[in-house]
Amino acid sequence: MDLVTQILQFLFSGITNGAIYGLIALGFTIIYNATEVINFAQGELVMLGGMVMIALSNGTSLPLPVGFILSVLVVSGIGALFERFTIRPLKNPTQIGIIIITIGVSILLKGVAMFIWGKETLSSRPFSSSPPIHIGSSTLDPQSLWILGITFGILLLLHFFYQKTITGKAMRACAFNKRAAGLAGIPTQKMVLLSFVLSSALGAAAGVAITPITMCSYDMGTILGLKGFCAVVLGGLGSTVGSVVGGFILGIVEALGAGLISSSLRDAIAFVLLLGMLFVRPQGIFGIKEVKKI
Amino acid sequence: MKREKKTMIAIITGIIFLVLLCIPRAPVLAAEPYKIGCIFSVTGPASFLGDPEKKSAIMLADQINKRGGINGHPIKLVIYDTEGDPTKAVLNINKLIFHDKVLAVIGPSRTPTTLAVIPIAQRAQTPLISCAAGIKITQPVKKWVFKTPQTDAMAVEKIYSYMQKNNIKKVAIITVANAFGESGKEQLVKQAPKFGIEIVAQESFGPKDTDMTPQLTKIRSTAAEAVVCWGTNPGPAVVAKNMKQLDMKIPLFQSHGVASPKFIELAGDAANGIILPTGKILVAKDIPDSDPQKPVLLKYIKDYESRYQTNVSGFGGYAYDGLNLLAIALKKAGPDKAKIRDELEKIKGYKGVSGVFNFSPSDHNGLTMDAFVLVKIVNGKWQIIK
Repeated sequence: MDLVTQILQFLFSGITNGAIYGLIALGFTIIYNATEVINFAQGELVMLGGMVMIALSNGTSLPLPVGFILSVLVVSGIGALFERFTIRPLKNPTQIGIIIITIGVSILLKGVAMFIWGKETLSSRPFSSSPPIHIGSSTLDPQSLWILGITFGILLLLHFFYQKTITGKAMRACAFNKRAAGLAGIPTQKMVLLSFVLSSALGAAAGVAITPITMCSYDMGTILGLKGFCAVVLGGLGSTVGSVVGGFILGIVEALGAGLISSSLRDAIAFVLLLGMLFVRPQGIFGIKEVKKI
Repeated sequence: MKREKKTMIAIITGIIFLVLLCIPRAPVLAAEPYKIGCIFSVTGPASFLGDPEKKSAIMLADQINKRGGINGHPIKLVIYDTEGDPTKAVLNINKLIFHDKVLAVIGPSRTPTTLAVIPIAQRAQTPLISCAAGIKITQPVKKWVFKTPQTDAMAVEKIYSYMQKNNIKKVAIITVANAFGESGKEQLVKQAPKFGIEIVAQESFGPKDTDMTPQLTKIRSTAAEAVVCWGTNPGPAVVAKNMKQLDMKIPLFQSHGVASPKFIELAGDAANGIILPTGKILVAKDIPDSDPQKPVLLKYIKDYESRYQTNVSGFGGYAYDGLNLLAIALKKAGPDKAKIRDELEKIKGYKGVSGVFNFSPSDHNGLTMDAFVLVKIVNGKWQIIK
């Protein structure tokens, strides 16, 4: 097989993984935009999405879209509880305090998931059972197309939400200056709650979409969260488009690195890329230095 | 009033005593029990090993005691949990040897924990029967250390001899980047020349990786006639799925690390056609009646499933064999650690769950590659390859 087909195959793999990372990165971005903190439980929310979907769909004949919506709703509810009972009661919400809380929540969610679903890896059915798509002599898993579609769909929706709706605009105002937004009559607490619900919903959607490819285990959230975080930093904290672009860059570089250099260096390549970015352009590709976000 | 109460209490106590005396008991074993220590990873990441091992050991000890013990002495198991942690394993074995004063130790369940406790068993001159697979445990031979599971080397030998028979000369290997995968890779590379096999690609993947298409794409561009994947779930299932996705038609071989129904569940349709070595317990009902292990296996499975009401695991047998071997040695040697060790080393032809054991001064594992059978997954079921 010639190099071109090989590289095409690496790109397919990279784009699939990139879309997954981008989807997770979007979740980080939403919460960051409302609270200026990184939610380290984001990966666990993705895991929960996948797990709930598996619990709902395995052994039952629940139609896929219903399962999808139900999982997203359940995990959004968990996200709301998460904000309401761990973030809101804080008297002096410092950034570091909230970050530590999110780490605590991530450990809690992982533990609970282990109790409910056990330590084994679980798998779920792909969305469509069509055979792999052949492009030249490279092949693409149909589930990849689903993931890509969902990522772009969500990106468009988010863009519309932030630019066109009054709630979205209020959220942006919160991100820009929370105090001023509050003075202008925006219920900032509600905006924070909403951001947690939104990013949980997103995480759940990501989880449901990726489990047919990645499978699901209680501890999958950690590494997914880390990769998503890398994507966020690459693309620029706070930028929705940046997160997705960062995800794609990370996925493609990983795949090319694993394929052309060495598969044992796969993770190392990703983190070298991250470090390099932090040295050269700490605000990320789409980040604008502390002036304007989103 | 007070006086009455006291007499009342005295009478009641008396009655309770009488009742207790009258309860028919299990045959009273007057002799002092033989204490045997067990350290398994009952909880933690390797609980899938330690939990069935603990259950199997308890079950067998009860059976032995019901038969009247060993030379009239009942067995008393002292079981500790390592949680899969080498530090805890070291603490446990010290406690067993110096505090509980056990005659011998069964376990630990994992290779890293076993390697950590070997020096202590050696120094305290206490027989240790490990339930871990790593080849380093018994090679080179350590005076006081034995083990019951089959090794990677035997699994590789089994796969390679099949390849030799079927004229497969060029293979690509893809291994997981942890102790299990590294050990497998070492054996795969080391034994290849012996079977006239050339390794044309060596790839690896992380234990949590979810996409192996880049590695497999690379393998696809080589002249490999078969792929050997060495790992534990879920990685190998991803490899199987990705190979199907990439439309690779060459056969895929897996290790015994995925020999469980879980793998078929994870890999789904992609599992079909995969060939792997496994202990006979997975296919106990299908192995020929001439196989010396068959009755042992069927009895073990029946006992385990009826006692614990769960499906038998492929791993509990390691402790079952360990305790059985120890019982044989104890019967001849009595409560003397050095004699127990000597008797263990002399055991020949013991038919166990994991294979037929033939210990010798130069082999403290005692198994050959016949302890494995090769199976092919056909329509989601295991099928023995003759």
